[in-house]
Amino acid sequence: MYEDVIKRKNEIIQKAVGIDYSKFEIKGIAFDYDRMMKEVSYSLDEIRKIQSETQVGNTPLVELKNLTKLIRKISKPEKGARIFLKDESANPSGSFKDRRASVSIYHAKNHGYKGVIAATSGNYGAAVASQAAKYGLRAIIVQETFDSNHVGQPEILEKGRACEAYGAEVVQLTVGPELFYYTLKLLDETGYFDASLYTPFGIAGIETLGYEIATQVKSRYGRFPDAVIVTHAGGGNVTGTARGLKKAGAKTKVIGSSVDLRGLHMASDHDFNRKSFTTGHTGFGIPFSAYPDRVDVPRNAARSLRYLDRYVLVTQGEVFFTTEALAQVEGMMRGPAGNTSLTAALSIAKEMDEDQIIVVQETEYTGAGKLPSAQLTFAKKMGVIVKNGNSIKEDVPGKVIAIPESIEQIGIIEYPLENIKKSYVKESIKAYGKSEFSDVEKKFMAEDTNSNSQEIDKMLEEVLKDGKA
Amino acid sequence: MAEKGDWVKIHNVVLDPSNRVSSLPADTKKVPLEAWINGFLNEDGEIGEMVEITTLSGRIVSGTLAEVNPRYIHDFGNPVPELLKIGPNLKKQLEEGSV
Ligand SMILES: Cc1ncc(COP(=O)(O)O)c(C=O)c1O
Repeated sequence: MYEDVIKRKNEIIQKAVGIDYSKFEIKGIAFDYDRMMKEVSYSLDEIRKIQSETQVGNTPLVELKNLTKLIRKISKPEKGARIFLKDESANPSGSFKDRRASVSIYHAKNHGYKGVIAATSGNYGAAVASQAAKYGLRAIIVQETFDSNHVGQPEILEKGRACEAYGAEVVQLTVGPELFYYTLKLLDETGYFDASLYTPFGIAGIETLGYEIATQVKSRYGRFPDAVIVTHAGGGNVTGTARGLKKAGAKTKVIGSSVDLRGLHMASDHDFNRKSFTTGHTGFGIPFSAYPDRVDVPRNAARSLRYLDRYVLVTQGEVFFTTEALAQVEGMMRGPAGNTSLTAALSIAKEMDEDQIIVVQETEYTGAGKLPSAQLTFAKKMGVIVKNGNSIKEDVPGKVIAIPESIEQIGIIEYPLENIKKSYVKESIKAYGKSEFSDVEKKFMAEDTNSNSQEIDKMLEEVLKDGKA
Repeated sequence: MAEKGDWVKIHNVVLDPSNRVSSLPADTKKVPLEAWINGFLNEDGEIGEMVEITTLSGRIVSGTLAEVNPRYIHDFGNPVPELLKIGPNLKKQLEEGSV
């Protein structure tokens, strides 16, 4: 049964997304990413129109004046950039994921699909359910919700509740990557559209976010933002936002940030409920940036390494601190994932000049299950030690959450892009079962990692040497 | 006893431990992959019995009746002492030295 379904994967997916990926293949690892992005989806103008018809996008850009003031108090003279926040919680289902869902569901409707399916434990489920409601399509969301003791992660339970409230059927599963098998079975059974997170539709839908940030800042301050900071999980958020900034003509630095959960295994039944963040963390961020083509569709449209200028990590304790700070000094109670990049922004703003602008590109709705109080109560119940302290030094994913007592303790962990690029090369060798790549392939690998051919050669050499040692 | 038309939750074992993918960590590999789905009960049934439901997407699915009127139990949690001083301290810092 399992093997039969997995064997038919390509056939099922092709029918369910309606994209002939073979058209874009070049040779081996190489494929024509730019042509795929251009031909499969819709233009930026078309997407702006699609989104405006379902109340998606055009969210407020808010200056965080009190947080900026606090950061300047602890910065060197003339340092401390102005911090802005794009309030994506103003989207219909409460996060930027509506942008992603809007294009897929529009496309599904126009191509005669009766319903849509998405495999996601995140906000994307609610976004798909909400857009499906608007277009009169049926929706099924497949979630990884429980550990083997039937204990549900509160944040995921809340996201499931939201999906159901928007009228979707929710399948709640226990931990494991076979969620993919279950989803394939459903796609096959129903003939519904696969609202995959990783098709060109989903990524193009996020371009409007980057575009809006660039134009909002430009029209108010006569210049583009100096840096935009993006919470990174599967990498779609970074990819779409960066592409949108580019389309607006902005040469803004794109910084990715994830919560540090290194050491926890993403497919472990035990570790599952010892994470206080269910997305925007290193468990997705590091593997997906290093090797994007590990997803349901043959070619992932989310390729963050092409766009990242920098990648930083923050701790769980720091994000809880920042979430409290945002509520209490800015009067904005917003959800967990976006506050990952806000945490990093507090730290990075200190390095930047006073007249510079850094934009945190999202917020999400919050409430039961999602709030720091809900997550920390749950963490304590699961045996995680929660205390006050210096997070960067004392946080141990799955074991200790140290919550800073003051804003001076907020810092970042630099994660060198070189490490990710090297993993990309390593994974490519593994996936294609060879150590020699043609010039065409190497050219593609260089583009895919934002490096040049010589750097690829050098990394290939290093990885092969490491492998032999 | 649940009646036809009641809003219920059903349970299924999707994969026994022996059928799970080989690459899983040991702790996950030794437990089954399970699924729960909500829907409207198609015929009267008892908890623990095999029943059939119609889901919100209109699918008909069978499984073991697990719960009637399934409730979401996630909440806001307890007050967390480690968080409570963050706001007041920041407010004090903002007031200090303001011109
Ligand atoms: C609110 C929010 N922010 C950020 C992310 C990360 O986006 P991506 O997976 O595209 O990197 C997610 C998705 O998981 C999310 O729900």
